[in-house]
Amino acid sequence: MLRILLSRVREYRIYAFITPLFMVGEVAMEVLIPTMMGLIIDVGVAASDMDYIIRMSVLLVLAAMLSLSFGMLGAWSAAKASSGFATNIRRDEYARIMDFSFSDVDRFSTSSLITRMTTDVQNVQMAFQMMIRIFVRAPIMFIFAIIMVYHNGGSLSAVFAVAIPLVICAVAIIFGRSHGYFSRAFKGYDTFNRVVQENLNGIRTVKAYVREEEELGKFSESADVIRRNFEKGQKMMAALSPVMMTITFACMIAISYIGAKLINIGSMETGELLSIYTYTGQILSSLVMVGMVIVMFSISWASMIRISEVLSTEPSMDPNPDGLKDVPDGSIVFDDVSFGYGGSSKVLSGISLEIRSGEMIGIIGPTGSGKTTLVSLIARLYDASSGSVRVGGHDVREYELASLRNQVSVVLQKNTLFSGTVEENLRWGNADATAEEIRWASDVASVTPFISAMKDGFSSHVDQGGTNFSGGQRQRLCIARALLKKPRILIMDDSTSAVDTATDAAIRRALREDVKGLTKIIISQRLSSVMDADKIIVMSSGRIEDIGTHDELMARNAGYRTLYETQMRGGGLDA
Amino acid sequence: MPRQQRGGTPAKNPVKAMKRVLSIVFGKRKAQFAFIVLCIIIVAFSTVYYSNFLGKFIDGYVTPIIGVKDPDFAPIIRALFQFALIVSVSVAFSYVLQRTMVGISQKTLYDIRMDMFRKLESLPISYFDRNPHGTIMSRFSNDTDTLNQLISNSLVQLMQAGITLLMLVVAMLMNSLLMSAVVAVFVFITIKATGSISKRSGRQFSIQQETLASVNGYIEEMMNGQRVIKVFCHEEKSKEDFEKLDMELFRSMSKANTLANIMGPVTMNLGNLQYVALVIAGALFVMLTGGWSAGYTLGALAAFLQLSRAFSNNVNQMSQQMNTVLLALAGAERIFEILDEKSETDDGYVTLVNVTEGPDGSVTESSAHTGHWAWKHPHKDGSPVTYTPLRGDIVMIDVDFGYVPGKTVLHDISLYAKPGQKIAFVGSTGAGKTTITNLLNRFYDIQDGKIRFDGININKIRKADLRHSLGMILQDTNLFTGTIRENIRFGRLDATDEEVEAAARLANAHDFIMMMPDGYDTMLTNNGESLSQGQRQLLSIARAAVADPPVLVMDEATSSIDTYTEALVQDGMDKLMENRTVFVIAHRLSTVRNSNAIMVLDHGHIIERGDHDQLIAQKGVYYRLYTGAVELD
Repeated sequence: MLRILLSRVREYRIYAFITPLFMVGEVAMEVLIPTMMGLIIDVGVAASDMDYIIRMSVLLVLAAMLSLSFGMLGAWSAAKASSGFATNIRRDEYARIMDFSFSDVDRFSTSSLITRMTTDVQNVQMAFQMMIRIFVRAPIMFIFAIIMVYHNGGSLSAVFAVAIPLVICAVAIIFGRSHGYFSRAFKGYDTFNRVVQENLNGIRTVKAYVREEEELGKFSESADVIRRNFEKGQKMMAALSPVMMTITFACMIAISYIGAKLINIGSMETGELLSIYTYTGQILSSLVMVGMVIVMFSISWASMIRISEVLSTEPSMDPNPDGLKDVPDGSIVFDDVSFGYGGSSKVLSGISLEIRSGEMIGIIGPTGSGKTTLVSLIARLYDASSGSVRVGGHDVREYELASLRNQVSVVLQKNTLFSGTVEENLRWGNADATAEEIRWASDVASVTPFISAMKDGFSSHVDQGGTNFSGGQRQRLCIARALLKKPRILIMDDSTSAVDTATDAAIRRALREDVKGLTKIIISQRLSSVMDADKIIVMSSGRIEDIGTHDELMARNAGYRTLYETQMRGGGLDA
Repeated sequence: MPRQQRGGTPAKNPVKAMKRVLSIVFGKRKAQFAFIVLCIIIVAFSTVYYSNFLGKFIDGYVTPIIGVKDPDFAPIIRALFQFALIVSVSVAFSYVLQRTMVGISQKTLYDIRMDMFRKLESLPISYFDRNPHGTIMSRFSNDTDTLNQLISNSLVQLMQAGITLLMLVVAMLMNSLLMSAVVAVFVFITIKATGSISKRSGRQFSIQQETLASVNGYIEEMMNGQRVIKVFCHEEKSKEDFEKLDMELFRSMSKANTLANIMGPVTMNLGNLQYVALVIAGALFVMLTGGWSAGYTLGALAAFLQLSRAFSNNVNQMSQQMNTVLLALAGAERIFEILDEKSETDDGYVTLVNVTEGPDGSVTESSAHTGHWAWKHPHKDGSPVTYTPLRGDIVMIDVDFGYVPGKTVLHDISLYAKPGQKIAFVGSTGAGKTTITNLLNRFYDIQDGKIRFDGININKIRKADLRHSLGMILQDTNLFTGTIRENIRFGRLDATDEEVEAAARLANAHDFIMMMPDGYDTMLTNNGESLSQGQRQLLSIARAAVADPPVLVMDEATSSIDTYTEALVQDGMDKLMENRTVFVIAHRLSTVRNSNAIMVLDHGHIIERGDHDQLIAQKGVYYRLYTGAVELD
């Protein structure tokens, strides 16, 4: 998993490598500077040697400048490496998700994909920056300091043989136990956010039923979980610095005592003892830093797993780039087709069906009867589990996926417009469409009447999700967009449910008269939308219950007749 | 939806915000505050003590025994013992200090969260119209998180550094005024330098937040529209667009992070330069004042240098905290904005009470659950309390309303609904149908005119009681995480399981509920995502049924549901509407036909009124809507 992620550093690898080098430089200066400061006092000032003072001062200024340069370069390269890393992860994830098939998207769910591309990437970026800056810096500091202690004190380093394991144990216990509390607190955040979110969305319901007090109770429970766990975790963490201080002071006392003995017998200098004090601090604090990085790392671990899941998922549908490019006509044949989502129970079974090029087909049936699934197989949004679907005489898997989808145009049930202008949205169908073609598609889909009434016409702004248009207008725009592809087959999945019956009829008339040769498949809950089709398919429980014209079905299908009667009674005069 | 940038905007008035944060944290905890300050002072003193100890230890105890045969180690042990004693005190106090602070900060945050949510529940609906949910949400998540950082970490560190700095300044001034002046110059430079870096990094962070928001917005939009992208083979185009945005984010992000990372090295090395300047100044000073012994001594200089190093360490610490503090204060300001919002006001004094009705029609208040309700109306002039039975008679007289002052969206609305009558509102989107019903339950207050409920001006009725007597079936059903039973019981908390089930049966929801894996105990999550639109509506009807109000407002759902479920919904609604005063906002005209009165609205005016047959005969707007010549929504 780490390899999957780290390989995304790519062109920023150089920055990721030089950052630790700059850090080494900065640490070297950091270790050197205190020694130089000590020398100025001990040698220069003590002997009133102005020459020495000036000389050392110049050196010190140089060292400071070097330290500053290393520090700034490190800051710059670390920022570049980590931002670049995040940028590449996002880009790769995005590209991978774009290549996902419908069933891949179903499996992950949209909201989870969004988290995996936003919050998770930010977590990983933070951890990465910490890694290349501190995870290298702290061990180097540790090694430098240990070497210096050994160099200066020799046998004194035995003290650390006791102290270091103690620190590691303390850090492990404290971080380990508080981590449990923190992850519980973070889980508490999910509940907390959910309660707030539900109340924001349902504020009218809450107020209408006067449920403020009860909601406050729920909220206080979740806020209390956060509080309790954070308090416990942080109290645990509060022990860290006292424990570290205790160990540090114990070391210093031991070092002072042993040091006094060593100095007494002449095997050590006082100056050396002083510098060992400084290094003691550096050794122990670098261990704590490593511990902190490990905690950060473990917090972002879950994010790393989620991201690498996306990156390592191979799209489950082969886009078949070498396949047929041209769909010869709009005929469709289903040959004993069965289908189930994700291998679970069958949604469609034993579907055999023949549609001639240019026909208008209506499909009706209750929710869950498999209407949408049936038409999804035509544009190869999903692959049939068994049997074959043929379009224009060829199995859909023989076509290049993009060519097939360009010539089999689907107006989805849950359709979306994108922020931008009306024209930009329409051009999704065909980027090179002429003004005339746009006009034509708009006329057929009855878009022209309301667009020409708008001040900016086709340049009118569309909000995200198209929320500034009414449901019926959005549906008509989506139909126009699909028509601009100039497809062989047009599939409209409940695409006129919010359009009034008169406009609905006008669109169907235009489709029939102005787009000759186009195979049209219309799914609807409204019988009036499919009544005049060449064939009406009645679906129930994943099977085709009946196929026929309106008159045939009225004559032989009791269910159809009942449906007709209920709808015509309620619906009014427009039949 | 406009995206609010998070954490990017600087605090408007950090000092004021800080004062308020402090008063929230310590306002009611004066004693604890004193204790904390005491701890900090003890810790600071011992820090100064032990940073001096080691030098003295070497000079006073180790140097004298160099080369001495069989020296007496007793004084050394005594000195180390004393040292151990003092640092133990320091360690103990700093531990107590931190634990106390954790307790205080988590309690404070809990209180702030509770205050925010309590406020949220009390805010008028118009607040939620004005503020996007994402923005409010980030007050609860991002802004309280940064505040958590401030209260539990930065505050103590700042106080500690502040008190230590104070002691160091006193010590330095006592040591040498002139040398202190040199330090002052460097402090000035440090503040200038960090200030300018902070300012630039703040600006860069705002830019970064903006690009981040637009990248995240793009991701959200495209992930939601993914199926459309695939159907239109737009994958490659969309990848290209994303890469452009992503690169832009890379540029702003690496700039912002560079500036943030630079802060540490800059302040640290300014500290190093200060040290050099002090050494040179000190040496010159010593020489100019006539040698070491006459004026400024070597010991004094060494001590001053020690002090100045501790000083710049503390300044560094403070300046590195500054960014966090300013960000947190900006968040605190936004939290205070919510806390300072004006809550919904409620001056109602007419309340809904249980009553028993005597055989002669007289009404007596009862504390038991009688099933009969009446409005209890105390009168300001001192005349005896009157009881008006709850019937569901609604009158609107010449009502004007606008969401913003000066922009009236409803004009001269008058209507009369006798108990048990059904009134329907018809009209295109934005005609004002929903607005009218929002006035009945006082989600919004009218600007002119009168609304009477059972003859009582609704402004006089306590809001909770008014809303209890009005059932709402909203266009979109909001389900809450919990079981189906809990969601139905949302309508009335003291409903028994039998009552919940009866309501579900009435709403035609019982059958599908029994098909669910755990029946009434099936958990619903994420606004009931496992249910179909139709099933959600059935639950919404059941919820209103269990509340059993005399007046019902129904906003029909616009989404298409299959014919079978629609028939169930229709039937459920019909059963629920029996014997109630009902207001229907109609999106499908099939439900309107048998209304007692139909109001056709256009741009906030009632343009036609009458029953179905009258309006059809009139051949006006209603006729055109009904025949499908005009789109309803």
